[in-house]
Amino acid sequence: MSDWVEACAAGDIDEEDVMRFDHAGRTFAIYRSPDDEYFATDGLCTHEKVHLADGLVMDDIIECPKHNGRFNYKTGDARGAPVCVNLKTYPVRVDAGKVLIQVG
Amino acid sequence: MTAITSSAASARDYSLTGRDARLAVENGLSAAEWYHTDIPRKQMKELMQRSDQPAIRDTIIWLAAFAVSAAGGIWFWGSWWCVPFLFVYGTLYGSSTDSRWHECGHGTAFRTQWMNDAVYQLACFMIMRNPVTWRWSHTRHHTDTIIVGRDPEIAVMRPPDLLRVVLNFFGILDVWHAMADMVRNAAGVISAAEKTFIPEQEQPKAIRVARIWLAIYIATIALGLYLHSWLPLMLVGLPRLYGAWHHVMTGLLQHGGLADNVIDHRLNSRTVYMNPVSRFIYWNMNYHVEHHMFPMVPYHALPKLHEMIKHDLPAPTPSILAGYREMIPAFLRQLRNEDYFLKRALPPTAKPYREELHNDHPVAAAAE
Repeated sequence: MSDWVEACAAGDIDEEDVMRFDHAGRTFAIYRSPDDEYFATDGLCTHEKVHLADGLVMDDIIECPKHNGRFNYKTGDARGAPVCVNLKTYPVRVDAGKVLIQVG
Repeated sequence: MTAITSSAASARDYSLTGRDARLAVENGLSAAEWYHTDIPRKQMKELMQRSDQPAIRDTIIWLAAFAVSAAGGIWFWGSWWCVPFLFVYGTLYGSSTDSRWHECGHGTAFRTQWMNDAVYQLACFMIMRNPVTWRWSHTRHHTDTIIVGRDPEIAVMRPPDLLRVVLNFFGILDVWHAMADMVRNAAGVISAAEKTFIPEQEQPKAIRVARIWLAIYIATIALGLYLHSWLPLMLVGLPRLYGAWHHVMTGLLQHGGLADNVIDHRLNSRTVYMNPVSRFIYWNMNYHVEHHMFPMVPYHALPKLHEMIKHDLPAPTPSILAGYREMIPAFLRQLRNEDYFLKRALPPTAKPYREELHNDHPVAAAAE
């Protein structure tokens, strides 16, 4: 359990939105779905190194702000050109109003 | 606006596999971090929001205009009365499809993705741009906008080939190259340049589309021969020639005469105020600085984005005519000195250019 880290407060992210979280030299994207669930992925698009936290969340999709590449942020699946490589996802839990992700 | 002449003589190598392509990567011009105006996340989210409604409305109007103009062209075929109908049809076919291809390729026109895909495929066929090849070339265009050797979509290279520019108002060279590319792709050949920006797993898709298109053109020609009439080709294929004028007219304004090898869209892109008809045909791509800076913003939200960030941008060009009045003399100067370009002046409220990032060659002189 030692690799669970606190990313933010649950209320820091609006519903259907995303937030950047940097930890130990790595960058992550934390998502809050329209159903009020939380998810986490690597923070950079697999196509080019662009921060997904500047992108748009629509339902279960995150769209990269640079080239509009789309991923399912719940599964990490790349959803078509120009992204071809899936995103790595991370377990998330909410504990006492804090969003924690397992970064290991 | 200021005109700039760089001191360093530099014959540009626009090949995607050549010297400047390698230098751009080595110098950090490729895949660089570009300037963005600061916009609060809340406002940015509002601007990025997708909606089907505006694009469905515009697409119904668009398809209805196609149907009416095609019907008129067919009905009056053989008399001069067909000319205005075919003029409208051709402009829709050979020009409005440029913006539909573009916006739907970004996936921003509609919220529903299959609608983007459907209009994208139709528009790509009409504008004669392989939907696979051009999706990837446009991705590169946004990564490396007007970076010599990296951007495959530089419309006017330096020194300008003005004959090519004029011919393309009638689609002549574009269509010739598009047909050659289609036949080559249909034969299963992906060029070395295409391989630099189309991932290997996507290349078979480009070949499949080229084969489908080739079959459509062969069927159209066969129908024309069967009917002993040019009419089938006047409706499929040839409108890309006789209707290209508007997309070339507006497209040249996007970057023509402005800086290359810079990583600030305020320097290399042009926002132009246009009449409502051109903006409908062009789907608001006249807000071109804004589009490049924030490609996530749908076409229908670009006027709002423009109002929000214009304090940080060069003054927009007031009209299409004004754009050509500055661009044509710049092209003529570039015939004598290809390093000449138009440098945009920023308003006092704007964040300054990061000059150290913009010039691998020192700027020697500013004039006019």
